[in-house]
Amino acid sequence: MSTVTPVEDVGERSAAAVLLDFRDVSMQFPDGTRALTGVDLTVARGEFVSVVGPSGCGKSTLLRIASGLEHASGGTTAVASRRIGYVFQDATLLPWRSVRRNVELLAELHRMPKAERAARTAAAVDLVGLTGFEKHLPRQLSGGMRMRVSLARSLTLDPELFLFDEPFGALDEITRERLNDELLRLFVRQGFAGLFITHSVAEAVYLSTKVVVMSGRPGSIVGTFRVPFDLPRDPDLRFTAEYAALVGEISHALREAHS
Amino acid sequence: MATLDDTAPVTTEPTTTEPATSGARGPGRARRSRSWWQPAIVFLLVIGVWYLVAVYYDRVKELSWVVPYPHLVLHEMFLNPAFTTPLVDDLVQTSIVTGTGLGVAVVIGGLWAVLMSQARWLEQSLYPYAVILQTIPILAIVPLIGTIFGYEFTSRAIVTVMIALFPLVSNTLFGLQSVDRAQRELFRLQGAGRWTTLTKLQFPAALPAIFVGLRTAAGLAVIGAIVGDQFFQRGTPGLGVLIQVSNARLNGPGTYAAILTASLLGVAVFLLFGLLGRLAIGKWFDFT
Repeated sequence: MSTVTPVEDVGERSAAAVLLDFRDVSMQFPDGTRALTGVDLTVARGEFVSVVGPSGCGKSTLLRIASGLEHASGGTTAVASRRIGYVFQDATLLPWRSVRRNVELLAELHRMPKAERAARTAAAVDLVGLTGFEKHLPRQLSGGMRMRVSLARSLTLDPELFLFDEPFGALDEITRERLNDELLRLFVRQGFAGLFITHSVAEAVYLSTKVVVMSGRPGSIVGTFRVPFDLPRDPDLRFTAEYAALVGEISHALREAHS
Repeated sequence: MATLDDTAPVTTEPTTTEPATSGARGPGRARRSRSWWQPAIVFLLVIGVWYLVAVYYDRVKELSWVVPYPHLVLHEMFLNPAFTTPLVDDLVQTSIVTGTGLGVAVVIGGLWAVLMSQARWLEQSLYPYAVILQTIPILAIVPLIGTIFGYEFTSRAIVTVMIALFPLVSNTLFGLQSVDRAQRELFRLQGAGRWTTLTKLQFPAALPAIFVGLRTAAGLAVIGAIVGDQFFQRGTPGLGVLIQVSNARLNGPGTYAAILTASLLGVAVFLLFGLLGRLAIGKWFDFT
């Protein structure tokens, strides 16, 4: 049983820089299923790390361990911040609450004073561009807008480490690309570190500073790719040859890991 | 600030504001205006058949009190002070028993369900008794209730509670457990305790199911109150006794008037809780 302890010394990087440090993490569920084995992964400040892999390879389990929803059955997991944002696959909004009240929820659960809660909510709504929709109910919103509400909800806690569990997987291509741009903009502006799970290599490359490829179950990391493109990124990056080449290279590694 | 391109098609997307609300109201209104005359025709047919049967009993069998003419029933209901006054008094009594029984059942059923929602073992220990409550023939234990609690208001209310309780327990429990895993985890990640999760997540999520239970229970509570009357006739009983007494006196129109009034009370509470449900949750849930 591993425990989450503050990072004190992580070798070459300074303690303040590394927010998430996984060493030889493995996960075996009580029913005997092995989800992860020997996973080494770090996420430092200023990094946006994407994990790509096929469904069922344990990507989500990795995130659930990072968030504290599950405990790894082996290895050490260190998460250096308490300010963690978590965005689920679904927007998981409360249908009876308006956009504003949904965004306010986490701050409310943390018993933040009313004035601060209101200020943070307004700021977060503005950050995701939902100003004017505060009184709408979730069912009056499109899928992309619901996901924005979900993002804003986590932003109210001003997270240092943001965990994303395939948040845009259910959205159409155009909406997904737009939200990718928005997310990149938020990443640059808010300065959180990101750990992003996806099965789309193109999305991973566009968003990330580092892409990690996972093998099938039990999941382990079979390749790590630095993404050299400057931040902030131009949406037209998607049409460049360098981008296509890197996407191709990673897709190739992914296919190799699963052949 | 990037533009909100995916918010722009709000007015054209079927999932967004305008089509959603107009879609919910438009066809609904149209359906209502188209369909009012269909039940009306059925109503007229029923009245017509009733008259025919009444004529048969009056002229052929000469037992007019068994199936009285509809207009005589209406006269008894509204225009005969000697009967209308006790009818209204009894309606009030039955409504009080219905309301009291339902209120107590809501509290007991709610607590019971909340308790069961807190742990698997509590649910496993307590749910069978909800089912047993539902399956014991109430009429079988009615004499016992009379012996223990007397033959007045208390016993009438107890029967009402017993009849109305099960749908409240089962629907509330179902509702509390209907919260999906990700939403629970969202609360868990913020360190929310049981009470916070219950009040801010489970209870609001359960409201649609609770209102379904309430509406069913309200109808059953009227039945409970009438049944209670017929067994516990001391004090100030309600419509159940009026039905029995009118029948015993061969007052056909009176019997029918009392039965009709009891039925209308049932319909009224059903509609009332439908309306309350729509007021409470209609904004975010299509409560029909």
